[in-house]
Amino acid sequence: MLKDITIGQYYPTGSFIHELDPRTKILITFAYIVGLFIVSNFAAYGLVAIFVLGCILVSKIPLKYMLKGLKPLRVIIIITFVINIFMTAGTIIYSLGPLSITMEGLYQGTFMALRLMFLVVGTSLLTLTTSPIALTDGIENLLNPLKPIGIPAHELAMMMTIALRFIPTLLEETDKIMKAQMARGADFESGNIINRAKSLVPLLVPLFISAFRRADELAMAMEARCYRGGDNRTRMKQLKMEKKDFTSMLTVGVLLAILIYIRISF
Amino acid sequence: MSIKIENLTHVYNPNSPFQTIALDDISFEIKDGEFVGLIGHTGSGKSTLIQHLNGLLKPTSGKIFINDVNIAAKEVKLGDIRKNVGLVFQYPEHQLFEETVYKDIAFGPANLGLSGEDIVTRVRESMDLVKLPFELLKDRSPFELSGGQRRRVAIAGVLAMKPDFLVLDEPTAGLDPKGRDEILEQIKNLHQQVKNTVILVSHSMEDIAKLVDRIIVMHRGKVSLMGSPREVFKEVEVLESIGLGIPQITYLMKKLKENNINLKQDILTIEEAKEEIIKWIRGNSNA
Repeated sequence: MLKDITIGQYYPTGSFIHELDPRTKILITFAYIVGLFIVSNFAAYGLVAIFVLGCILVSKIPLKYMLKGLKPLRVIIIITFVINIFMTAGTIIYSLGPLSITMEGLYQGTFMALRLMFLVVGTSLLTLTTSPIALTDGIENLLNPLKPIGIPAHELAMMMTIALRFIPTLLEETDKIMKAQMARGADFESGNIINRAKSLVPLLVPLFISAFRRADELAMAMEARCYRGGDNRTRMKQLKMEKKDFTSMLTVGVLLAILIYIRISF
Repeated sequence: MSIKIENLTHVYNPNSPFQTIALDDISFEIKDGEFVGLIGHTGSGKSTLIQHLNGLLKPTSGKIFINDVNIAAKEVKLGDIRKNVGLVFQYPEHQLFEETVYKDIAFGPANLGLSGEDIVTRVRESMDLVKLPFELLKDRSPFELSGGQRRRVAIAGVLAMKPDFLVLDEPTAGLDPKGRDEILEQIKNLHQQVKNTVILVSHSMEDIAKLVDRIIVMHRGKVSLMGSPREVFKEVEVLESIGLGIPQITYLMKKLKENNINLKQDILTIEEAKEEIIKWIRGNSNA
């Protein structure tokens, strides 16, 4: 179950997308998210779908692996879909007591569910193709101009690196503690919602303790190596934009422009 | 009352780029009351294997019989198996969560559906088994205790379920020599008192040699050697080729033999070696 979560994992294949500058990929992802919210009809979704599929093909990441990342979110997607179906006013096509399904609701629900799915797949493509270190380098670099107004770019980036780095570790830890408590007869899977919430205590307490212990140890190890934040820190690998970065950004820029055009004219 | 494993295979992440075969067609049997040592390098499949013994992992193929019940079958109630097979994980103190030592040890028995009186008896018994003073510690927070004590609380938590089979995964990892000896001593006493079946996973040849009746050596998901400690430690070349060794003292005896000092070779503990060497010195001085 826990192994299905692909958000925040890096999947190295050395493809064209992997080789792009992290800043390019972050900016493209932003443009992509903006684009998703501009989309107003299914034709435009088609365009987005072609773009995402194209990116996945180029990235050489198996499609099955990408779709597995949606599995943990299926509940949220279904809830979004159902709520939209029932809560949107409009032409009623079927009613069941106080609840009624409307034409507009069906349209809106599909629309929202698709938006969520595209959002997850597109953004996980960023983390799958960019190593956490490159990603935070990119974020730090993009945030640097904001330093004068008091944005701690380096510290934010470092916090993000650490958070990303510990996702798999904590998942592994959760799995281990869960098994250990199951070996002592704990039951995480049956019972009503209150019992289930209660049964999480033996899992969460050890998990929090170990997270704090890890944080403490990491802080100590970083201080032992004289880490003291962003000032005057230099890097071994300097980020450099190349021609392919500019072409990629241009392509996405054109796509965004088309989406805006569709939105305005239809 | 035995554990029987037939052609057990386990594949992690099947049909994905991360596919790994952790266990490859393993078969063996552990008899009732036996004390078995399981050794192998990191990644040899030991941990995967022991998680199959109480149904935490399901085999990709093969059968596992606990007391003649195939626990790989779908209709088996896992609660019953977990009552029979107690599993102590590596660094078990990381799983403590209750406010008091008593409550933490009572977690297992309570999950078995026992009532108040029975739970008190079981907690007391299992604390006695690991030499923790019941009255003194029962109301203390487990997080205030020392590392060795915390580990014993965690082990007591599994013992309180009174399993017929006890599986311990590296119970001495990360402990100082004194803590290590105490834990091993208690496991040995427990085995002698209760006559339960114990499976001990360890890296340390010394610990294994001292305690177990039989050794199972694992390598890359397969059983590479199996037999009594004396039989297994004869296969020095095989053990070394898979990155393991034999007890230091056995090495010493081997070296002595190479230097034409004729001593018995299947020595496993320092005490045995001492006697053997004293015998040799006496024999020599008389001559």
